[in-house]
Amino acid sequence: MNQARRTFLKGTAVAVAMLSGVLKVGKAFALEWNSAAFTAKKLDEALKSSGYEGAAASDDILIKVPEIAENGALVPVEATSNIPGTTSIAIFSDKNPNPMIAEFNFMNGAEPFISVRIKMAETAPVRIMVKANGKVYTNSRDVKVTAGGCGG
Amino acid sequence: MSMNRREFMQLLAFAAASGFALNSRSALAGNADQFYDLPSFGNVSLLHITDCHAQLLPIYFREPNVNIGLGASRNRPPHLVGEYLLKAYGIKPGSRDAYAFTYLDFEHAAKTYGKVGGFAHLATLVKKVRASRPGSLLLDGGDTWQGSATALWTKGQDMVDAGKLLGVDVMTGHWEFTLGADRVKHVVDNDFKGKVDFVAQNIKTSDFGDPVFEDFTLRQINDIPVAVIGQAFPYTPVANPGYMTPDWTFGIQEDHLQKIVNSARAKGAQVVVLLSHNGMDVDIKLAGRVSGIDAIMGGHTHDGVPQPVVVKNAGGQTLVTNAGSNGKFLGVLDFDVRNGKVADFRYKLLPVFANLITPDAEMDALIKKVRAPFEDKLAEKLAVTEGTLYRRGNFNGTFDQLILDALMEVKGAEAAFSPGFRWGTSLLPGETITMEHLMDQTAITYPQSTLTEMTGATIKGIMEDVCDNLFNADPYKQQGGDMVRVGGISYTCDLTKTMGSRINNMMLNGKALDPNRKYKVAGWAPVAEGVQGEPIWDVVSGYLRDKKTVAPRKLNLPKLVGIEGNEGIA
Repeated sequence: MNQARRTFLKGTAVAVAMLSGVLKVGKAFALEWNSAAFTAKKLDEALKSSGYEGAAASDDILIKVPEIAENGALVPVEATSNIPGTTSIAIFSDKNPNPMIAEFNFMNGAEPFISVRIKMAETAPVRIMVKANGKVYTNSRDVKVTAGGCGG
Repeated sequence: MSMNRREFMQLLAFAAASGFALNSRSALAGNADQFYDLPSFGNVSLLHITDCHAQLLPIYFREPNVNIGLGASRNRPPHLVGEYLLKAYGIKPGSRDAYAFTYLDFEHAAKTYGKVGGFAHLATLVKKVRASRPGSLLLDGGDTWQGSATALWTKGQDMVDAGKLLGVDVMTGHWEFTLGADRVKHVVDNDFKGKVDFVAQNIKTSDFGDPVFEDFTLRQINDIPVAVIGQAFPYTPVANPGYMTPDWTFGIQEDHLQKIVNSARAKGAQVVVLLSHNGMDVDIKLAGRVSGIDAIMGGHTHDGVPQPVVVKNAGGQTLVTNAGSNGKFLGVLDFDVRNGKVADFRYKLLPVFANLITPDAEMDALIKKVRAPFEDKLAEKLAVTEGTLYRRGNFNGTFDQLILDALMEVKGAEAAFSPGFRWGTSLLPGETITMEHLMDQTAITYPQSTLTEMTGATIKGIMEDVCDNLFNADPYKQQGGDMVRVGGISYTCDLTKTMGSRINNMMLNGKALDPNRKYKVAGWAPVAEGVQGEPIWDVVSGYLRDKKTVAPRKLNLPKLVGIEGNEGIA
């Protein structure tokens, strides 16, 4: 791909995400910012404040993360919920200073798929939480964050 | 005197046991042909080299006496050393094969059987094996353009040319990327164009996930479509400097691999092979989780494994091989393909004994040509070693100890770290250490040496981190290198524990390491960008010129917990 097209696509990808309404970016920040959940220092507090406490384990939540992060500051996370009636997907990482990283709300049957990059402080599970039909579900994958070096 | 083959072999074994140096090709002419007389089998043959680390000339290479496997890997290939390996594969002690596959009686066996590898010798062997296997492909698993002075000084060009002359058809990579993404792309788009297919299904651009190289190549062997998929080292940007390949992302990518296997089959492939630089434990795990691959021909962990490990999976079975390092071996996999699928196979990992093979004239000429401008520099005599110098082993090697000792003395450090690389050749007692030998241990594109103040807690943190890269229970979370070599600090390594609890009883000069005190620690090969420091070869060469004679090294090895009954340590 030529560089100009690449740069153009980068710009448009952001624009599409903003306009599509799938991510309630403006509204979420303006009206529903859950300060207690996002600033909680411990996982259980963050889960409780955000209403994801006591989630049932589910393999219908598909997670794609690297086994070992190439860069702890930019860990790609993809998640899909195959649970019918999914209304939100949230990401938590146990050992981050603030374990709750993001929450995405899906309206009007939007496909519950997210692809983002998160920052991770150290090796920890990445927990994907899902709300669907008034219930909460979870699945997780471990991501290793390492100092690196010394390879074969 | 007439002698049949068996009698002749017995005579050789007797001569070997008596310590005669069997290095006369004319005396061994008959035997050499027989040693490499590998009957052809089936209709699809794949030849495999990997991790030669740019060793164009024959070398000595001591296999490890410590290669510990834990959990599912315990006491299973490749984690069998010495007599355990001989027993598992029915190899006779004291034989040529025992010398090739184990560290046993290394000094004596090295004098008896001589050097191994060398591209001119390998070239003759490749031609001989291919002559009985028309249409065969030669696969190169990577770590080919790094590991020697000439490869570093020519930016890998010597090895690019040698690989082409050897007749490599398909290649993947790892250390190649430490020459920088642009250099690799340049070679692939120019030198290799129309000659060598560089494949890597697990390298994508980090922005849009676009492929950087071809995922696989589909070739016809005796009218049978054969797919060779590439798997580059998945943790290149973690184990080596990420700034070398800033726009690429790697990883294992199981889902994508399964799609590629399915697509190759859909295009008619009757044989699907993964040319892998994952490392053997990763390949064995992968083989159980991805189906439709007939064989994973692997490298990275430098395991000379005589026979494939057969892994059952949803699609049937997958063979997993690993073909050693430093040009010591040529893997030969023969498939019998019937009714559109693999019906049977034969595998042989042929050791390359330089004394048994006449070097190929054309390759020999190329090697002489690429070395000519550098001969004086390569041949510089630095010191004489009184003991054997080698690197390979989970925790330390004598050449690494020498590097640590040099670092601590030259830099005035209390402790030192040296990376757990698995490449690097060996020297016998009494040999002169030349600049070329030193470069065999240090020739990398990020050679800076450093002196850093670290707290005891930071030192422990680094050691725990590297130890977990070696012994994490999940092979997908290992990186395939060995433990960081540690100078000045004694410690215990508890293999029954997990990350954070393995490294204990750390002592420096008879005192427990204080987590809060700062210590001066020397090191080299930083993965961070912009680090300044004298190249490691200048530090060590200065030290060696000063010493003139190197006494046998005393290895700083940890006390190990949890190794009872482990066949990966002798």
